[in-house]
Amino acid sequence: MTVGFIMMCHTALDRAAQVARFWAEGGAPVVIHVDARVTAHDYKSFKKALADLDNVSFSRRYKCEWGTWSLVAASQAAAEQMLERHAEVRHVYLASGSCLPLRPLKELTDYLDARPFTDFIESVTTTEVGWTVGGIDIERFTLRFPFSWKKQRRLFDRYVEFQRRVGFKRRIPSGLVPHLGSQWWCLTRQTLSAILQDPDRPLYDRYFKRVWIPDESYFQTLARLYATSIESRSLTLTKFDFQGKPHIFYDDHLQLLRRSDCFIARKIWPRADRLYQTFLSKNAESSAMAEPNPAKIDRLFSKSIERRTRGRPGLYMQSRYPKKDHENGKTSAPYSVFHGFSDLFENFDGWLAKYVGARVHGHLYAPERAEFAGGERMFNGCLTDDPVLRDYNPRAFLTNLIWNSRGERQCFMFSPRDNQANNWFTATDPNAQISVITGAWALPLSRMNENFATIRREAARLQKRELEHLEILRSMYVKARVRIWTVADFIENPMEPLQTIIDEISPRATRRLTEAPQMVELTGFRQFLQNLKNQGMQPLVMGDFPLDAGEERNANRRGRPYLVK
Amino acid sequence: MGLRDLVRLRRKRRLKQVRAFRKRRELSPLSNRTAQIRPGDVLVFVTARNERIRLPYFLRYYRDMGVRHFLFVDNNSDDGSAEYLAEQEDCSVWTTTASYKASNFSIDWMNWLLRKYGTGHWTLTLDPDEFFVYPFCDTRPIQALTDWLDTYGIRSFPAMLLDMYPKGPIDAKPYREGQNPLDIACWFDAGNYMIKTNPEYRNLWIQGGPRARIFFPDAPKNAPSLNKIPLVKWERGHVYLSSTHMLLPRGLNQVYDTIGGEMASGCLLHAKFLSPLTEKVEEELERQQHYAGSREYHAYARTISKEPDLWCKWSEKYINWRQLEILGLMSKGNWA
Repeated sequence: MTVGFIMMCHTALDRAAQVARFWAEGGAPVVIHVDARVTAHDYKSFKKALADLDNVSFSRRYKCEWGTWSLVAASQAAAEQMLERHAEVRHVYLASGSCLPLRPLKELTDYLDARPFTDFIESVTTTEVGWTVGGIDIERFTLRFPFSWKKQRRLFDRYVEFQRRVGFKRRIPSGLVPHLGSQWWCLTRQTLSAILQDPDRPLYDRYFKRVWIPDESYFQTLARLYATSIESRSLTLTKFDFQGKPHIFYDDHLQLLRRSDCFIARKIWPRADRLYQTFLSKNAESSAMAEPNPAKIDRLFSKSIERRTRGRPGLYMQSRYPKKDHENGKTSAPYSVFHGFSDLFENFDGWLAKYVGARVHGHLYAPERAEFAGGERMFNGCLTDDPVLRDYNPRAFLTNLIWNSRGERQCFMFSPRDNQANNWFTATDPNAQISVITGAWALPLSRMNENFATIRREAARLQKRELEHLEILRSMYVKARVRIWTVADFIENPMEPLQTIIDEISPRATRRLTEAPQMVELTGFRQFLQNLKNQGMQPLVMGDFPLDAGEERNANRRGRPYLVK
Repeated sequence: MGLRDLVRLRRKRRLKQVRAFRKRRELSPLSNRTAQIRPGDVLVFVTARNERIRLPYFLRYYRDMGVRHFLFVDNNSDDGSAEYLAEQEDCSVWTTTASYKASNFSIDWMNWLLRKYGTGHWTLTLDPDEFFVYPFCDTRPIQALTDWLDTYGIRSFPAMLLDMYPKGPIDAKPYREGQNPLDIACWFDAGNYMIKTNPEYRNLWIQGGPRARIFFPDAPKNAPSLNKIPLVKWERGHVYLSSTHMLLPRGLNQVYDTIGGEMASGCLLHAKFLSPLTEKVEEELERQQHYAGSREYHAYARTISKEPDLWCKWSEKYINWRQLEILGLMSKGNWA
């Protein structure tokens, strides 16, 4: 008993001939269907190339268009020819011209001999398939499709929509339960002949002629009527991507294909010389009787589909430039923004770097230059500290910085003095942790050696910027983890908020904070605020600064790091 | 985008075609072997001027990739480039003494040759110092890529310009004929590129890299564009607008995904910073034939006299396309 192959060919006929020869010389009869659109010249030379093999025959030619009945008609004709001419055939295998056998024919026949009554045909009910293109599954069987999906897409879509609206439904012949599946099957003589010789076949054929993509449903549905034991899977390894196109195999897939232990793979790039050479050579060895195991290939292809549909979060590049709110990750990794901290504490970045396993930068958006950690002039990916270059595209600067340092958390200082262009971007980025001490910007001003009028102007400017930023941070669109304190509240109890922030940055570090960062000199700050008021500027963001509170606290605590239980 | 804009863009496209048609007279064939071109061949289109020393490796690189025919415009070389190319079996050569600048930096000539010989083919429009890298280029010939693009109905393929540079002063290591320029200029900037969209033509505008960082830190807006679409399935109505940065019709510029996914893309390794650069810069400044009053060359001249080192400790050393893929400079898309 043996297996017979039906090959559906339309391009790369030289490769199809090679494969047909491989099977035929191995003793398996082959019936070839060649698309009627192939030129007479090509057809003739194809036939001639196989003329020396008496178990290769050619079936009646149909003009095959994707998704139409012609494909089923062609396979019916070829199957009939196969059953009629080759009585020794027990299994009939439907393959295409771009299929490639991965294991010796002997192993396939042994495999089938061990399962003499099993039909290998992927056949699942419409409710269970998730792979149909265009969202049309059961409607394939109940609507009419007179227009070509490839060439008349608009008409096709509109007519489907129209039928849905009108509520049109075709009646499915009684006894049929619509099933779908890969069109590459391997059926037993019993099942196949029952389908082809069914007295009701004209009725079924008439019905399926108007079903959409009948090659994925005709045999899949009818096999359910007659088969004694269906293995609902295809013996052909074929993978489709999100657009319903088959993945193609190249020379560099050789090892992957070899290890998959599948019998036949589709579809092979016609110029993949090494694949054809290796797998069609006479002495190809393989692991005997192994079950097909395409898991590795599945993984490769599902990864590539994800790359195409979801992309790498936070990456902006020449072929991935998501529009606003479609980023799927505005940035590639979590990062922290510390607003006002460097004004309230001396050497805050140095202190922070000790407690978190992260890269702590200074004011990345400072007007003078980007203050990279450690005073570096450049950073990963050749980002420079040049402020003009940075401010030319501040958003790209941030997304680049985060992308370039994948695997290491980034923290940076911020204040109203810095470039504010990214405020909306960071506020709406779920990766951002933004901690704000409002009004801290006034501390350096209070110690500035400058005319008070100048200071007041600067204070007014910074306060305005901070209020604008706060408005963003309090809007309903915020996706970042935002915490806001006034400077007055923060100096009341600095350790608790710091501990919370640091726990969030490195949750596994159970170490408690033992040493507080050094607060700056607060003496005279209250008076400074009062002076601002006296000069006609209303300080709005510092919170409720109690009279002389700053002086008192400083007198007690300055110069001595406090410990926390 | 209103009707008026569509009409305007169409007019612009037609004007470009007319320009290309008129400029055809500036080209005189030195050796025309285009009869050898077979359907399905991938073709390379190049304008070269005094690049003789680079040509042997350039040809070898693209022949190995599977390119079947080269169409060169030789713009008044005096180093024997044209004669060398005319000897090559797979090259067709046109010569011209006309102005590079007046031909819109050679794009008019390219548009003409592309229309005449490229129609129906996958075409690569390049400079002699550009080396195309695409996903799997180490194991699959370029026909594998173009066949794949065909099955998806993709008509154009982007490849960002990636400036390559040597470590140390640019003129320190001389380039020998036939040598792989990437053996000397093997460093690049991995992650300082800035992208904007150009709503008019729907292309991305990419800037950055060493040229922005060293030569244009004060005027980043003037830094050279790095976005390129060199590989196009050419049809009669297509035109390049300015260099190979963008095309019309605009659909060809939409080579990027806007809802988060990644489309397939490659890179053009740009081995410009290679000796003898100083001479070249001087010569080009004298000619004054480059874009925007040759401001790029002015910037080079200012800096190069100080013997700059483009290299820094964050520079990446080029290994292969997979490295560029991991760095996010190019993508496999759904090609596996």
